[in-house]
Amino acid sequence: MPETFEPRIVAFFCNWCTYTAADLAGVSRMRYAPNVRIIRLMCSGRVDPQFILEAFARGADGVLIGGCHPNDCHYIEGNYKCLRRFRLLRRMLDDMGVEEKRCRLEWISASEGDKVKKVINEMVEQVRALGPLDLPGRFRDWDKEVAALEHAAPGASEPCDAHAHAHKEEATHA
Amino acid sequence: MENGDSKVRIGFYVCHCGTNIAHTVDVASVAKYAAGLPGVVVARDYKYMCSDPGQDLIGEDIREHGLNRIVVAACSPCLHEATFRTATARAGLNPFFCHLVNIREHASWVHTDRAAATEKVQDLVRAACGRVRHHKALERKRVTVRPEVLIVGGGIAGIQAALTIAESGKKVYLVEREPTIGGHMAMFDKTFPTLDCAACILTPKMSQVKAHPNITLWTYSEVMGVEGFVGNFKVKVRRKPRYVNEEVCVGCMECIEACMYKQPKFDDEFNQRLGKRKPVYIPFPQATPKVVLIDPETCLHFKTGKCKQPCIASCSRNAFDFNAEEKIEDVEVGAIIVATGFKPFDPARSPKYGYGHFPNVYTSLEVERLVNASGPTGGEIVMRDGRKPKSVGIVHCVGSRNLQTNRWCSKVCCMYSLKLAHLIKEHAGAEVYNFYIDMRTPGKGYEEFYNQLLEEGVHFVRGKVAEVTDWAMTPEEEGKLVMRVEDTLAGFVRRIPVDMVVLSVGLEPREDSQEVRRMFNISCSSEGFFLERHPKLAPVDTATDGVYLAGACQGPKDIPDSVAQAGAAAAQAMALIDKGYIEMEPNTAFIEEKECSGCKSCIPLCPYTAISFNEATVKAVINEALCKGCGTCVAACPSGSIKQNLFEDVEIFSEIEEVLANA
Ligand SMILES: Cc1cc2nc3c(=O)[nH]c(=O)nc-3n(C[C@H](O)[C@H](O)[C@H](O)COP(=O)(O)OP(=O)(O)OC[C@H]3O[C@@H](n4cnc5c(N)ncnc54)[C@H](O)[C@@H]3O)c2cc1C
Ligand code: SF4
Ligand code: SF4
Ligand code: FES
Repeated sequence: MPETFEPRIVAFFCNWCTYTAADLAGVSRMRYAPNVRIIRLMCSGRVDPQFILEAFARGADGVLIGGCHPNDCHYIEGNYKCLRRFRLLRRMLDDMGVEEKRCRLEWISASEGDKVKKVINEMVEQVRALGPLDLPGRFRDWDKEVAALEHAAPGASEPCDAHAHAHKEEATHA
Repeated sequence: MENGDSKVRIGFYVCHCGTNIAHTVDVASVAKYAAGLPGVVVARDYKYMCSDPGQDLIGEDIREHGLNRIVVAACSPCLHEATFRTATARAGLNPFFCHLVNIREHASWVHTDRAAATEKVQDLVRAACGRVRHHKALERKRVTVRPEVLIVGGGIAGIQAALTIAESGKKVYLVEREPTIGGHMAMFDKTFPTLDCAACILTPKMSQVKAHPNITLWTYSEVMGVEGFVGNFKVKVRRKPRYVNEEVCVGCMECIEACMYKQPKFDDEFNQRLGKRKPVYIPFPQATPKVVLIDPETCLHFKTGKCKQPCIASCSRNAFDFNAEEKIEDVEVGAIIVATGFKPFDPARSPKYGYGHFPNVYTSLEVERLVNASGPTGGEIVMRDGRKPKSVGIVHCVGSRNLQTNRWCSKVCCMYSLKLAHLIKEHAGAEVYNFYIDMRTPGKGYEEFYNQLLEEGVHFVRGKVAEVTDWAMTPEEEGKLVMRVEDTLAGFVRRIPVDMVVLSVGLEPREDSQEVRRMFNISCSSEGFFLERHPKLAPVDTATDGVYLAGACQGPKDIPDSVAQAGAAAAQAMALIDKGYIEMEPNTAFIEEKECSGCKSCIPLCPYTAISFNEATVKAVINEALCKGCGTCVAACPSGSIKQNLFEDVEIFSEIEEVLANA
């Protein structure tokens, strides 16, 4: 781990609650860690699991999703859909070895500027403690391993090829 | 120019926002950095991008440099997205080729480390320049706006808004939960600071509401549900039965006289339970509509089925209908004003003041009824034990400015405490002590009113009352309520014996404010009052287009402020409906038909049932008019065939890619 590891976190915030809360944190001049890059979506229901995978594959150390509290979604229930997908994706991330604290779903209402600050600061610290994820690096290692295997046993190249391809797919989102 | 990357010509602008941004972000180096990004033709930093010269800069560059994409790094898009889109459109470019980067609220105002903030801004700028290359020309859809307005809550705020809109010729539905309109103001005797009689200024307005041809007044009613969106809300209203036909009753009150109960027996809610009423009653003489109603909880007929029902016989107009049932009304409106007011703090939550324990401890609202000529005592201050007080202690800030209860200042309590001190002195000739933490009297004529009270000989003690007790330490304290207080001006602890204690309770959100908020799809601020879109510049708008706020439901307010805000809400609603249409964000979803596999995954996901299935083509179709642009279906489509304008996958993926590209 480099000495001054600064985690890079990508956040997907819904326009009506969490994005507005982040605006409020600004208006209230709350100070928080500069490690998060916010991407605005209209609703947390727009969060495609591929966005999260793509962010990790592109080198994010953490991904934060922010939506309205249950019952408060501007579009009635997009946040429930988001939660559903998040739970599924969580299992996949576990399998990929992406620690729980690196991917977080938070309900933050438009008035909770202080929660934006708290969650971001907390998450930056937790991810800092975990160290870099470096999924792109891991992909390279995995590809190398697969290539080595292919080399060793040319007969078994078929399934391995598919495997390597799948990783590439993830890395470039197709 | 549609998507061909090579032809993308980006103009980039970073705003100093005076020093708001430039103080924490090195804007010059951001501009320099952007100039090196692919596709960027012009990159500038400017003091105030939103000013006219700032906007003109964009237009000039579009014309001079043939720009076809605009990226502005400035404040939140919630504030100025429209400004820069319009500036873009003025120069002949489709406004949706313009994209905003939020570097003030999300960067300069929340960070202190200049290098880190600048680096973050560069990442965000790169992401924006990546995303805009995929932008497309889009058209705003026009939706017609219905000209009717729904107003929820008939306090002074709702009344004022209703009259303003009705006078302009528009139709209003005013829905009030209680049997009468008037809200809290109808309970007061006089109003500060001018001491005009509340009824004299309020009841004419109430009658006007009732009589106005453009106002449909539904009292004893509640909104059950709201569907639709700005311009076209579908509202369901439940009207509870009064068991008296509202159209027929003229409020002669013969039936009340005739009721089997010869004496009023049941707690009178309007009089804060200080008086009694019968099962058939009218809340107060000027109630509007002036119509009696029957309380089925106490009416003998409903309870036993054995009442002779003399009320029916007494009514010469045949207004009774004991079989009445609740009615559901469906209306369609273009705009909604929420004016549901406040609830007074319940002082039982601060037991040290002895409310509910000592009968002679009152809330301010109870005292409003006691000093009111049409109140339970005819305006005489008679306590629960039948005595008239010779000394009265008024405690300010009850429930307010306190970390254990409500943190906020309720704004009106100092002023109404002064008013009550004056009225108590006038009605009972009692010695009056006001216990205050700080005297807050900002407002026209308010400080003068305070000075007048000082001259009238009301005692003022600066200090928080620690306790109200009946434990006497001296003979003078026998039979009295003793106020224990640290007089912070005199610098010692005092015990002041009084006959009566008045608790100036604060204002808080209504109990059902969470349900109401959800129904109208608006937010609350942390203390629970409804949240305005912008505290300064959009104080009556909410985050939901077409829903406005008026009165104390948005925060503690006195009558002048409630009336002013109601006027503002009415003006906003009228501006919306007078125009007759609104332009919708074109961020709707659409299906690439040839890609759709016909799996139907998307269909149940849409909360607005905008997606249907075409059995002939075996493809899903989105009705653009119904889609609100949440993007939920887009994220779910397994074949990637649904796209959302302004939030297309390619746009978001390029944001993700670029925001992380600085590895
Ligand atoms: C003791 C006391 C004394 C005061 N004295 C003064 C004074 O002298 N001068 C002054 O300027 N101000 C005074 N105020 C402040 C004043 O009461 C408020 O400014 C004013 O009442 C606010 O009006 P409003 O219409 O917003 O709310 P309210 O008066 O609370 O009216 C809201 C109305 O909405 C109805 N409602 C609520 N929820 C719903 C729902 N879900 N559906 C349908 N209807 C609903 C309620 O029944 C009510 O009729 C005093 C306040 C208190 C507590
Ligand atoms: S989810 Fe996608 S593929 Fe399935 S029906 Fe809907 S649009 Fe077609
Ligand atoms: S974007 Fe949302 S509102 Fe529009 S069709 Fe899809 S699910 Fe429905
Ligand atoms: S709008 Fe915030 S989660 Fe749907």
